[in-house]
Amino acid sequence: MIASFLLGGLDRRAWIFPALLLALGILLPLLNLAIPQSNPLHVSTYVISLAGKYLCCALLALAVDLVWGYCGILSLGHGAFFALGGYVMGMHLMRQIGSRSVYGNSELPDFMVFLNWPELPWYWYGFDKFWFAAPMILIVPGTLALLVGWFAFRSRVTGVYLSIITQAMTFALMLAFFRNDMGFGGNNGMTDFKDILGFNIQAGGTRGVLLFASALALALGFVIASAVVNSRLGKVLIAVRDAESRARFLGYRVEHYKLFVFVLSACMAGIAGALYVPQVGIINPGEFAPANSIEVVIWVAVGGRGTLIGPVVGAFLVNFGKTYLTGAIPEVWLFALGGLFIAVTLFLPKGIVGLVASLPRPRRRTAPAAVIAPTAIEPRPAE
Amino acid sequence: MTRSSNLLRIVVLAGALMLAASSAAAADMAELVKALATGSFSDREAAITALAATGDSRVATVLQALEAGELYARKSDSSVFIGRKEGTDIALTDPLTGSTAGTAPSGELDRIKVNNRLRRAIEAAMGSLTLMNPDPSLRHAAAEAVFKSRDPQAVAALDQAIAAETDAGVKSILEQARAAALLGSDAPEDQKLAAVAVIAARGDRDALQLLQSVHSKSTGALQSATLAGLRSIESNLAAWQAGQNIWYGLSLGSVLLLAAIGLAITFGVMGVINMAHGEMVMLGAYTTFMVQEVIRNSAPGLFDYSLFIALPLAFLVAGAVGLLVERGIIRWLYGRPLETLLATWGLSLVLQQSIRSIFGPTNREVGSPSWMSGAFEAGHLTITYNRLWIILFALMVFALLSFILRRTRFGLHLRAVTQNRAMAGAMGIRTPWINALTFALGSGIAGIAGVALSQIDNVSPNIGQSYIIDSFMVVVFGGVGNLWGTLVGAFSLGIVNKLLEPYAGAVLGKILVLVFIILFIQKRPRGLFALKGRAVEA
Repeated sequence: MIASFLLGGLDRRAWIFPALLLALGILLPLLNLAIPQSNPLHVSTYVISLAGKYLCCALLALAVDLVWGYCGILSLGHGAFFALGGYVMGMHLMRQIGSRSVYGNSELPDFMVFLNWPELPWYWYGFDKFWFAAPMILIVPGTLALLVGWFAFRSRVTGVYLSIITQAMTFALMLAFFRNDMGFGGNNGMTDFKDILGFNIQAGGTRGVLLFASALALALGFVIASAVVNSRLGKVLIAVRDAESRARFLGYRVEHYKLFVFVLSACMAGIAGALYVPQVGIINPGEFAPANSIEVVIWVAVGGRGTLIGPVVGAFLVNFGKTYLTGAIPEVWLFALGGLFIAVTLFLPKGIVGLVASLPRPRRRTAPAAVIAPTAIEPRPAE
Repeated sequence: MTRSSNLLRIVVLAGALMLAASSAAAADMAELVKALATGSFSDREAAITALAATGDSRVATVLQALEAGELYARKSDSSVFIGRKEGTDIALTDPLTGSTAGTAPSGELDRIKVNNRLRRAIEAAMGSLTLMNPDPSLRHAAAEAVFKSRDPQAVAALDQAIAAETDAGVKSILEQARAAALLGSDAPEDQKLAAVAVIAARGDRDALQLLQSVHSKSTGALQSATLAGLRSIESNLAAWQAGQNIWYGLSLGSVLLLAAIGLAITFGVMGVINMAHGEMVMLGAYTTFMVQEVIRNSAPGLFDYSLFIALPLAFLVAGAVGLLVERGIIRWLYGRPLETLLATWGLSLVLQQSIRSIFGPTNREVGSPSWMSGAFEAGHLTITYNRLWIILFALMVFALLSFILRRTRFGLHLRAVTQNRAMAGAMGIRTPWINALTFALGSGIAGIAGVALSQIDNVSPNIGQSYIIDSFMVVVFGGVGNLWGTLVGAFSLGIVNKLLEPYAGAVLGKILVLVFIILFIQKRPRGLFALKGRAVEA
């Protein structure tokens, strides 16, 4: 039934993008591993790790787009769900280090030995098992989203109030995770991971598999998201976005719809974080910084919110720009990012995808591509 | 510092009063002064006590010079002088007659060293010397010095001083000093018990320390009495500590009020969350820095007035930037509050980076004028002048803003637009201009908040960022219905934050406050003071 829900929601053209992603996820590692370095077709390990990071960012952007672009909830705290997913993965990887740590304590991670913790705190139990940690990647951010969302949507906290509250949430979490007493490594977070599921985390093969996993996750996220937004449920979400009160008066339990999409989105963000951490090799409380969460929003805005392909495009473009600028001319990066925020909101309210879609297209007899613009954006979507 | 300079004044006074001193005594005095330079530390301590016991007015000068390290012994004949450095030489004065005795190269002199034990002896001696001084504030200081020295031999001098004392405040300190001296002596137990009661009534940290040391050495009834005394002092101190925390909370609240009040106006009137508000604060702080730089370089005498010059300038700079921002960006985004939020966030990044490029990423030094530095004690509270001024300043800004909103034509229009924009427009109010002016006003107030913050925080490109989330919390908590919401919100968040800090730690306290606000808006989604009426529901 779930399968038919997923499949029924997509028309044929919508399969192109996930298929492309998967092809990329297989091709890139192959070009990295199987082709010798001298060959011009060889893809460097740097590109592989970069591509893996971008894919995770794209999944995060997709998650934000799902709540913002389709339901009008501007969350400035999605970085928190991303970081929580990352921390779950980080805890698992920390436990995998075992006795190879600096202090050689097979039970306690290094920072706990350093801080003289007598034993593993109860909330670290089970994280050495992958079968336990994996569902936690969904459960931890999902539960937080459920709690915050339930409180917020029930009392009809909307618009900028909700944005501020979500920002306060991630800020509070950042402060909390900076504390050493929390048992999550404090300031330094967790790093120095050795292996994942028994494979060396630095090895080229593992990196390739992680890249593929990220591509797969993004493809799955894309399929799920498009199934959701094209279903009846998705129509209600768009109704909530455009006229929340009217949707409520028509008898829809608006808060239930919002809560569902918020939790779904938080889970997607959690997965993105969990895949991000092994590829960058570190997780620290800086990931909770409110600025990070707002940056994600700009990825979505640049690409085009209210479309599914937009956030992916935006995440890739902005992150590529960031990688380039922070490397080449670092002092310009914040000017560029700030200018992007202003320019996109003023001149490109529909993002790049919206711009492309609005270009005149002669000699096209078929209907406009569903992938590119599954739903039209209303003039005043988020209120 | 102040005490010693005051003592100098007394000495002059007392010296004028008692011109006659017998020549036999003068010879003794000279011997005793010489003894200060020789022998072991305990010999010298005895010499100090003996000097004090003469009750001679000139002793104070000598002891003071000794404590300040200005007493020298000549190597050739070991006679003692007060010396002041003049280049490589030292100008000498006779310690007893006060007449000059020429200069000598520093190689010919030995500075007489003091250790902490001698310093305590000097303090105690100076204390009993000045107990009878006509100036009550000096007697007060002297009694405090004796209290701290706990010198058992001072009891007789204290008894005499208590009998002569007329000032009730000084008398009570004298009695406390006597009690402290008694506890150090071998007085009978009933006297000591009474002394413990006197000390416990004093109830400050010195009293606590004194009783702790007595408690550890005592037995029987005295021990239980000191224990009870300790308990009462501790609870007394805890109450004062709570008071101090409330004071800190008021101080934090005033800062939050300054930072949030402009935000509340723009949000209330325009429904716009200005994420660049913190950067307006930053602009104000950097304006203060610039003003002080100019003053330092061209007119150092004006330094004490630098803040008065900076205030209007900061208002104008931040207000002008605000006006530009409204005309250039925000007015294109009305009706799209979330987009405005993003655009102003982008603006904040640009402003921050510009300041970082111009002034560098490090903290810039902003000085405090003399009338803002220092502190005073009220009861057991320590109150610094800069915090006090900032609280007063925040309240003044609040009052001024209330006046503008309630009593001026602009304020009337502004409130009309807040309540019902469409209707206000229909009545002929030019709502776009009200928006622009409101935004400029809110930004200008952020600018003057920056002037105030520059006095208590580091002036760096991040100064605004550190307050922005708290300011949002104030606005969300207080509501945007009227300014009182911001006032109540700011002060209650400030006080709650500071009261939680000792129990939960600074970070956890802040987290608890954030969680509390998230729960609070369950009950009142529009804050404490919400606007009523249909116009609010967009």
